[in-house]
Amino acid sequence: MGLFERIFKEPRWGVHPDDHKRPAADVPLRLLPPPARVYMPLHQHVGGAARPVVLAGQKVLKGQLLAEPQGNISAPIHAPVSGTVAAIGEVTAPHPSGLGFAAITLDSDFEDRWIDTARVADPFSLDPAEIVRLTAAAGVVGLGGATFPAAVKFVLGKRLAVKSLIVNGGECEPYLSSDDRIMRDHAGQVVDGARIVMHAIGAIEALVGIEDNKPEAIAAMRIAAAPFPEVKIMPVPARYPMGSDKQLIQTLTGKEVPADARAAEVGVLVHNVSTCAAVHTAVRLGRPLVERIVTINGGAVAKPGNIFAPLGTLVEELLAFCGLKETPSRLILGGPMMGTPLLHGRIPLVKGASGILAFDAGEALVPAAGPCIRCGGCTRACPMGLLPLEMAARIRTGDLDGAAGFHLTDCIACGCCAYVCPAHIPLVQYFSHAKGELSARQRARLRSDAAKRLAEARIVRLEREAKEKAEVAARRKAERKAAKAAAAAAAAAAQPEGETV
Amino acid sequence: MNHSMDTPVAAPHTTTTNSAGRVMASVMAALAPATLFGFWLYGWPAVYLWLITVSFAMLGEAFCLRLTGRQAIPVLFDGSALLTGWLLAVSLPPWAPWWIGAFGGLFATVLGKQVFGGLGQNLFNPAMVARVALLISFPLQMTAWVAPLPLFSAAAPGLIDGLRITLTGAPPGFDAVASASLLGFAKTEMSRGLDLLQSLAQAPVPGWYGSHPGSMGETAALLIAAGGAAMMMLRLISWHIPFAMLAGIAVPAAILHAVDPARYLDAGTHLLSGGAMLGAFFIATDYVTSPNTPRGQLIFGAGCGLLTWVIRTWAGYPEGVAFAVLLMNSLTPIIDSYVKPRIYGRDRKGVALEPVK
Repeated sequence: MGLFERIFKEPRWGVHPDDHKRPAADVPLRLLPPPARVYMPLHQHVGGAARPVVLAGQKVLKGQLLAEPQGNISAPIHAPVSGTVAAIGEVTAPHPSGLGFAAITLDSDFEDRWIDTARVADPFSLDPAEIVRLTAAAGVVGLGGATFPAAVKFVLGKRLAVKSLIVNGGECEPYLSSDDRIMRDHAGQVVDGARIVMHAIGAIEALVGIEDNKPEAIAAMRIAAAPFPEVKIMPVPARYPMGSDKQLIQTLTGKEVPADARAAEVGVLVHNVSTCAAVHTAVRLGRPLVERIVTINGGAVAKPGNIFAPLGTLVEELLAFCGLKETPSRLILGGPMMGTPLLHGRIPLVKGASGILAFDAGEALVPAAGPCIRCGGCTRACPMGLLPLEMAARIRTGDLDGAAGFHLTDCIACGCCAYVCPAHIPLVQYFSHAKGELSARQRARLRSDAAKRLAEARIVRLEREAKEKAEVAARRKAERKAAKAAAAAAAAAAQPEGETV
Repeated sequence: MNHSMDTPVAAPHTTTTNSAGRVMASVMAALAPATLFGFWLYGWPAVYLWLITVSFAMLGEAFCLRLTGRQAIPVLFDGSALLTGWLLAVSLPPWAPWWIGAFGGLFATVLGKQVFGGLGQNLFNPAMVARVALLISFPLQMTAWVAPLPLFSAAAPGLIDGLRITLTGAPPGFDAVASASLLGFAKTEMSRGLDLLQSLAQAPVPGWYGSHPGSMGETAALLIAAGGAAMMMLRLISWHIPFAMLAGIAVPAAILHAVDPARYLDAGTHLLSGGAMLGAFFIATDYVTSPNTPRGQLIFGAGCGLLTWVIRTWAGYPEGVAFAVLLMNSLTPIIDSYVKPRIYGRDRKGVALEPVK
């Protein structure tokens, strides 16, 4: 980079953290032997939790349906091992709260017997609706971490007549290499899956964006895609958060997804490379999503690398398989930029888990936060063009509406701002807090509006009832009066008669 | 601070090795060559004045921190008070008496920074607040410049003489070298009815490498600019403020000099005189008191430059950088609230874009 570029050609967004991907990315994929027990949470996806369709004590085969989807946006859960349903109950959620949530516990019979599956020789002869059905039935969700049910996105893409499928091989999070590994080892599956998705949504091209720090993956994908000119392998600069939908779409197509709009509205649909491979497996082999590649990495791991493991395996078993050099100082589900801290390792591997990081003491060190020096590093790093320092200053004083005025809700929580901050201010935490608080306020406002409406309706009703009662009372009174008058008249009429008798 | 596994911490779980202290240290490193050159040019009095100014700036900071019940040492180590004192010192007449530096240093950190709430909270550049306070309170001492007398040259004051100059003012033996800065000289001559064409014939020629009297930061213009370029390369500062400020001085100067060379100094003289270079690269670029969007920085820089030129040309003071920067500092919040970057998926006004298929 020349002096001129260095001074005048600053990249518009993002950061360039040390990626820590190697050597883990270069270690060949390892298979985890079936664990003795797996825990399948019923809610591993965006949308409604799945409803169990098995009973405790029931024998199941690998790939058998354990729980069916509920609602329009949901996904089924299948057995990752063959064996017996041990229990249906609570396990610890992969969430910092450490709260429990419902899961099906399976005891493995160590035979790993698959359920009979229907293979499809030529998915391209199928009706797109059939591909949607097969993908939905296989429980395929976005494996990049978003875990949105893939089939629901297909329907959306078809409806909005999406032209380009964007295959996300960015994998910009440091430490992670599960997508890298799937592209190196199973490029054919990824390309085939991408073509099946294209068929399902009616797209005319697939643009595969791969960060240029993965030359082996790019080479393997180029070979796999060579027979298919509609699948274009497009290396993109390695820059975090390149793997974010909006930034990848902009880099590959030049299009910008409008605020509050979906990518499909600008004619593109984004699917992760691992999701494409899962679609291939679901449609061609009829096999549901019960296994995935997960990166085990971090300074505390003795032999970091990528593991092909059944879902539901406990994090501590995965770590034990790779060996630990020391007790991890921090456990993270996902990447270091956006991942979720885990309180302990007794948490099952879920569909959206692309990596488990076990940090050593040095990596887990959090420098103390200092005052903002307004260096503006966060504004240059923000891929959304927001002003993190201004929003944080307002949130600090409790002015959440002021922060919302800076379009806080457009924040994608990528963590670039907090990463570059020389004062180490936990900006993402500020924003998450404010977003949560604002949406809580919004809910409270809706609730109070509803309560107000009900109260007003009650007053109206009471008034109406009182009025009706009064009217009825008045009518009755009038009737009584009339009856009395009639009776009096009758009596009066009878009197003379009587007198006459 | 190391969190135990039981304490949830927010993402990101990795962070830059950069820190506020490192930023300050880098800026000081960029300022060091010009300062050392200034020490060589102006000798021991300049060294003593620098030491006194910096010490009192840090003393003021420590005093305020203790007053608010905070630990002074960790905050002092972020280097911001040191840098403030340093910037003030290089903008002072190098042979100014000790109490100028002491008063200025205290003023900078106590009234310029800590009363606002400390680092990151001040509206105005603390070094310039102190410089203007000194200029208004002690105009005589603040405009008594000396011609460079390089260290170890025959006429230069030694260690002891230097100390005497700093502590008691210039001894009689040295007053031959007292002189006005070029801008001051031009202004005085203009007021006596001599136009620039006549007066400049006898004036010292401004240079890049220090041949004319001025502050340390003024005389070493080339080294200041080099330090600024180094900061841009390290991405400590962007090009926007320095470029806009220098252009804001040079463009009107060049135009009016072309119109009437007898009344208006040329652009080169303007850029190399007074605090133009120091201001453009080290003062106006202060993070805390300048806008933080590129377009806002261009407006801010251009404003600093233009005001500097206007003050130098038409106002009562020969030098305008400090006033210009302070005036623009006061506009920073307004610039920041009007000039915002375009948000992804929205237009400049913040309205969502129309979907384009």
